[in-house]
Amino acid sequence: MATLRPAQMPVDAMTPTSGVTAAKPAPRHFALVRITHWITALCFFALLLTGIEILISHPRFYWGETGNVRTKAFFQIPIPSSRDMVQTGYKYVLPDQNGWSRYLHFEAAWILVLTGLLYGIFGFFSGHFRRNLSPARSDFSWRTLFAEIAGHLRFRRPGADEASSYNVLQRLTYLLVIFVLFPLIVWTGLAMSPAFTGAFPATAILLGGRQTARTIHFFVSIALVLFLIVHVAMICLAGFWSRTRAMITGRADTPTERT
Amino acid sequence: MSTISRRKLIFTGLGAAAGLSGLGIAAHFAEKYRLVPPDGSGIYGLGETLTYASHRLLGRHALAREFSPNQISKPAFANEIAPPLGDAFKRLQAAKFADWRLTVDGLVDRPASFSLPQLKSFPCRSQITEIACEEGWSHVAEWHGVPLSHVLNLVGLRPQARYVVYFSIQPDWKESIDLDDAMHPQTFLTYGMNGADLPVPSGGPLRLRLPGQLGYKSVKFLTHVTVTDDLKKFGKDRGSVSIDAGYAWYAGI
Repeated sequence: MATLRPAQMPVDAMTPTSGVTAAKPAPRHFALVRITHWITALCFFALLLTGIEILISHPRFYWGETGNVRTKAFFQIPIPSSRDMVQTGYKYVLPDQNGWSRYLHFEAAWILVLTGLLYGIFGFFSGHFRRNLSPARSDFSWRTLFAEIAGHLRFRRPGADEASSYNVLQRLTYLLVIFVLFPLIVWTGLAMSPAFTGAFPATAILLGGRQTARTIHFFVSIALVLFLIVHVAMICLAGFWSRTRAMITGRADTPTERT
Repeated sequence: MSTISRRKLIFTGLGAAAGLSGLGIAAHFAEKYRLVPPDGSGIYGLGETLTYASHRLLGRHALAREFSPNQISKPAFANEIAPPLGDAFKRLQAAKFADWRLTVDGLVDRPASFSLPQLKSFPCRSQITEIACEEGWSHVAEWHGVPLSHVLNLVGLRPQARYVVYFSIQPDWKESIDLDDAMHPQTFLTYGMNGADLPVPSGGPLRLRLPGQLGYKSVKFLTHVTVTDDLKKFGKDRGSVSIDAGYAWYAGI
């Protein structure tokens, strides 16, 4: 069993200023975390849907600066295309949805990036990252990690202590998504922009070129979809309504509530 | 009413007032520095305006990336255009484009029409740049031509000039750009590619090349350039076939 730290409370909730606030239990999630979580979720679905639409107009991937149907593909996804340029093996062409998909893709990306910046600034200064997401030094022992992984593999339902705090695997996963996958998908997206790479050429050059950026953008989106699947599966395992309610209203199920 | 909720009310009111006046200042600033694209309204207006405005603030004069000669794509790539080339084009092609003209008019002091040899007599510039399609593919070629700015300076832009609309000989194929892009040093009236005349599949004999934006702004078979102060004069599509087709007007992403 992992060593879990006591419930992580927002600082202001722990220092009651009046009798009114003292009676309220500390929220499971900060209000700003809850709001940015749902904006992120909405933007992510918009980006995923429109990303698929954009992808099917050319379901071939390349490595390096350039790539087109006359060059060797790194790989091709065996799906029909919405344009007739790529030889897909299918005898039909899907309806083309690129116009609105591109508009929405970039708009959702903007909202997501701005939301992410707000979350990042808040998380840094409020201590959210330090207290709620960074694992304790003791969490890094092999025994703790193995116990946590074994527990997950046995689909062990999380204990009551995990209703108010994250375990070490959760912490590491969230840190990976927030500080590696999201920055990487934004970077690889920007590296495909002809004007942005003009102003900041290193964004494309450091990655090895425009087509490499596009391919990594695709891989990172797959990783984020895998995260989403596991994320939702774990929520279902832990109790879909209690966890979802905690992220909407901030109220968590406490052991006293259950009895 | 308790002290807490009154304080909350005052702060909410102050916050809302600050937000509204902030929006007002932003709108004034955006208009003054021309940071709103022609399709900057509607449900996608926010995203388009943020993109266009940030590019204009951060990289108004930035050059698109250029490449070394060994990065030129081999074999050279050209995507065919969907509707077949019309009779007007075929007649000119049969005469080896001897009668090809580029008309430049609108808000200019001396409207003019140029033949290909005339355009080739102007200072020739070359750039090795990438052309990237919104579909996802791309290729690099060396493009030869005369900067559009040279020709616009020759005919004399009027002070009200704000946009340039350019037309293909193919019906209904036109695009529009702002003056920043029109006067950009890499915006070429392109007549050559990889050391030879620009091939027809690549847009020959004359194509507008704009490497800072996606390929769909680089209109092929160019015959007409007109300068304007207001794209609304060109109707709902704002002088751009991409807006008509539901695509973003500014393709610098």
